[in-house]
Amino acid sequence: MHALKLITRNALRHKLRTALTVLGLTIAVLAYGLLNTVVDAWYAGAAAASNARLVTRNAISLSFSLPLSYENRIRGVEGVTLVARSSWFGGVYREPKNFFAQFAVSDNYLDLYPELIVPAQQRSDYQRDREGCLVGRQLATQFGFKVGDVIPIKGTIYPGTWEFVVRGIMDGRDESTITRQLIFHWDYLNESVRKMPGRRADQVGVYVLGIAVPEEAAAISRNVDDVFRNSLAETLTETEQAFQLGFVAMSNQIIAAIRVVSYVVIVIIMAVMANAMAMSARERTVEYATLKALGFGPGFLALLMFGESLTLCIAGGGLGMLLTPPAASVFREATGGVFPVFHVSRETVLLQAACAGVVGVAAAIIPAIQAARVRIVEGLRAIG
Amino acid sequence: MAIPLSYIARNLWTRRLTTALTAGGLALVVFVFSTVLMLDAGLKKTLVSTGEENNVVVIRKGAETEVQSAVDRNQANVIEMHPAVAVGGDGRRLASKESVVLISLAKIGSGKPSNVVIRGVSQAGIGLRPQVRLSSGRLFTPGSSEIVVGSSIAKGFAGTQPGEHLRFAQREWTVVGTFDAGGSGFDSEIWGDADQLMQAFRRTSYSSMVVRLAQGDQFERFRSDIDVDPRLADEAKRERTFYSDQSKALSTFLNILGFTLSAIFSIAAMIGAMITMYASVANRVAEIGTLRALGFKRANVLAAFLVEAMLLGLVGGLAGLGCAAFMQFASFSTTNFQTFADLSFRFILTPAIVGKTLAFSVTMGLVGGFLPALRASRMNIVEALRAR
Amino acid sequence: MNRANGAAPLVEILHLVKSYRRGVQTVPVLSDITLSIGEGDFIALMGPSGSGKSTLLNLIAGIDRPDGGVLRVGGLDITQLSEAALAEWRAANVGFIFQFYNLMPVLTAFENIELPLMLTRLSRKERRERVELVLEMVNLANRAHHYPSELSGGQQQRVAIARALITDPTLIVADEPTGDLDRASAEEVLAMLQRLNRELGKTIIMVTHDAHAAGAANALVHLDKGELSDGNTR
Repeated sequence: MHALKLITRNALRHKLRTALTVLGLTIAVLAYGLLNTVVDAWYAGAAAASNARLVTRNAISLSFSLPLSYENRIRGVEGVTLVARSSWFGGVYREPKNFFAQFAVSDNYLDLYPELIVPAQQRSDYQRDREGCLVGRQLATQFGFKVGDVIPIKGTIYPGTWEFVVRGIMDGRDESTITRQLIFHWDYLNESVRKMPGRRADQVGVYVLGIAVPEEAAAISRNVDDVFRNSLAETLTETEQAFQLGFVAMSNQIIAAIRVVSYVVIVIIMAVMANAMAMSARERTVEYATLKALGFGPGFLALLMFGESLTLCIAGGGLGMLLTPPAASVFREATGGVFPVFHVSRETVLLQAACAGVVGVAAAIIPAIQAARVRIVEGLRAIG
Repeated sequence: MAIPLSYIARNLWTRRLTTALTAGGLALVVFVFSTVLMLDAGLKKTLVSTGEENNVVVIRKGAETEVQSAVDRNQANVIEMHPAVAVGGDGRRLASKESVVLISLAKIGSGKPSNVVIRGVSQAGIGLRPQVRLSSGRLFTPGSSEIVVGSSIAKGFAGTQPGEHLRFAQREWTVVGTFDAGGSGFDSEIWGDADQLMQAFRRTSYSSMVVRLAQGDQFERFRSDIDVDPRLADEAKRERTFYSDQSKALSTFLNILGFTLSAIFSIAAMIGAMITMYASVANRVAEIGTLRALGFKRANVLAAFLVEAMLLGLVGGLAGLGCAAFMQFASFSTTNFQTFADLSFRFILTPAIVGKTLAFSVTMGLVGGFLPALRASRMNIVEALRAR
Repeated sequence: MNRANGAAPLVEILHLVKSYRRGVQTVPVLSDITLSIGEGDFIALMGPSGSGKSTLLNLIAGIDRPDGGVLRVGGLDITQLSEAALAEWRAANVGFIFQFYNLMPVLTAFENIELPLMLTRLSRKERRERVELVLEMVNLANRAHHYPSELSGGQQQRVAIARALITDPTLIVADEPTGDLDRASAEEVLAMLQRLNRELGKTIIMVTHDAHAAGAANALVHLDKGELSDGNTR
């Protein structure tokens, strides 16, 4: 009579506890997945980098520019196929929170970025309009920019209100291409700067170089820098990936903290699971003793425990993994321009599954050992 | 409280493992929560101490940071002669024309480069920042290629000890001293002679001007005069406001990230608390029935379990805070999104943070324990007594 | 059970009815019970399993409510009291003794006995005095600070009796008080109950299926299938 009562009561109690545990797991796995995706997003620039591109900048820091005269000398270095100019404009579109990247680039810039796809007609329209600009698909979608629209940008580094006419939309070749940017003519910027008092014209933010043989990147970089050693503006040339990683490194500590914290949530849920499993094991002493009396071995009992734990983890973890992509979309909408690329990677999904598995096993270890060790007589006596 | 506290507390102690695991989960959430608050407090303190009450920063209109800004010599002279600017004991104006650029230095440890602010100051400029004190070595000699570094720079970047040299702009610069800026943003800067730096970087314009107002209430007049003056294209901000604005993005980001994480984690921890409290109730059904039979009311039972849950939260909160307190020995440095420069700040534990954190922790316990406590209070006496 | 003298009964039960719902079915447990219990009585309620004796006890003790009929204790119709008022009434008027002692495992003997006094306004000193008094009565003064796990069954039941006495209730209800005890301890407990009845004049209603235990009482009431059958008066 009592045993039956115990089991049914366990099952009822169990329903609620099971539901809560699965919910906790779902939230933990979801949070872990989102945090991982945030860290990935930080590396978006580096992920989109091509190994056939180098970036040459002023060796002092990015806040210094390079003279226009360097362009031909860089072109002369062996292995360099193309040299494009790019100056960070850093303006504000209506409000600071609408932040997106704006670059003043030379006409051959797009040749270096085949992953940015622009219809031929739009490209030639852009070529012909001095004040024209090209906007990426993500920007066009977010702000509703269409070909022909005039975008007013308030300059910060280059003062005044600048107006650019949208001449085309850039689409990304794949998910990792950054289409949250606006490019316009470097010539237009330079002409305007010439007219400003006190500013120096013929300055370029960075040069982007195309190279024929990616394996020679290190050697070519050194050669470029050697040309300008001991001159007015020494250069630092590196692969585009190294350049992008430099930006990531600036927020190193934040990224490290996020990584740590993503595992903290897993530890939290492990504690919750271990607790739930321990409770479950304690209540099932009679069941286990009965099973043992019937002839089932300790290995079988341990397996039962692991089985229960892993089932919960598969349920909760699976649900968390399923909910991550939609949650990521919501997060991306909410944070607006902060992350130009926000995509749940396959690696993240695998890690989520791994975490769920580890939690499932770890939480069940001690209860499984206890279950296996139950002595029949004592266990059955627990009925009272 | 009718049901004795000793009964409630001892029940937590009896089921030590469960209490520890649950409190542990809560402690971790508390740790994240309080660390974020401490980081924000540290950031605010760094900013507040970076600004002097009556100092005003003048930069070009539209520029958000000194690095983006340019104030040419003529404009600088006009600003300096404004009547609101205080005059020092030596008869000279308390105004400093400064040049601010970023250089790339390698961090100690990771070896990765970060941008560091180099500020070319005048003698007046040093006087305008009373919180800055020399902590080792000496000040740079005007007209020389000598520099002094802030304490965070000395700690965090390679080659910045007194006696060492940094090479940039085709010159060797000798570090002759370290200064302590009282935990303000200046600790993350390198200072040198303004004219020397401008020569080396081939700049003809200054980046900004910092002036001290003779009287604080003159600010509004100073600001509007600068704003409308046709010779100038500049704007004036109180130094405190200026630095506070510069870190808004970073502060907001850290806060949003931190609190979102705490909120999500707290759900997981509260679920843990709920599971524990349901089990606590389930294990003591007969006791609850007995208490009701003896004459304790439903409200008494509800209160007792709520208190148990809150105690659980309190234990977790104290544990988490205890660990977070150790963060005060660490310092945090990251690139400020807006200025693009490295900024170092600490974790600061204030009484307000202790209060908020414990309240958060106890609330987590309360929310997690509410439904189980309700169940306990609603039990039918006879059925409860039948349980063993 | 009728009383010969004219004293008003402590417990007056008239046509008491109680049933339990099991799913869609209603199972009658007590049908038309009429009974009087006088002050100072020591009644044993006997009957086979399922006879409703525990239910009747629960109703008299105020931890359950009847579906119909009159139930007056000390002149008060307890069926009309609200849940909270009933709790207060129990605290002041009823002492409980359970088969499995129902002590709080995390409280010492002293603290268990003190528990009902937490519902009163007595000071700590006053509470202590009463607990010590009652501990003497049950001969457990030297075990006051032991936990239930450190006491034998018989000792635990004596703690429970002390707890039942501490508020000086008019009524003591005992549900199978010797059910979990060995012979010697059972004798001890029964003797103690008799003393409470004879020396302190406590009214005791005891449910038991043990004829020997029932022998300790002064009167017997038989229940079968929810109905009274005549008992013997000693």
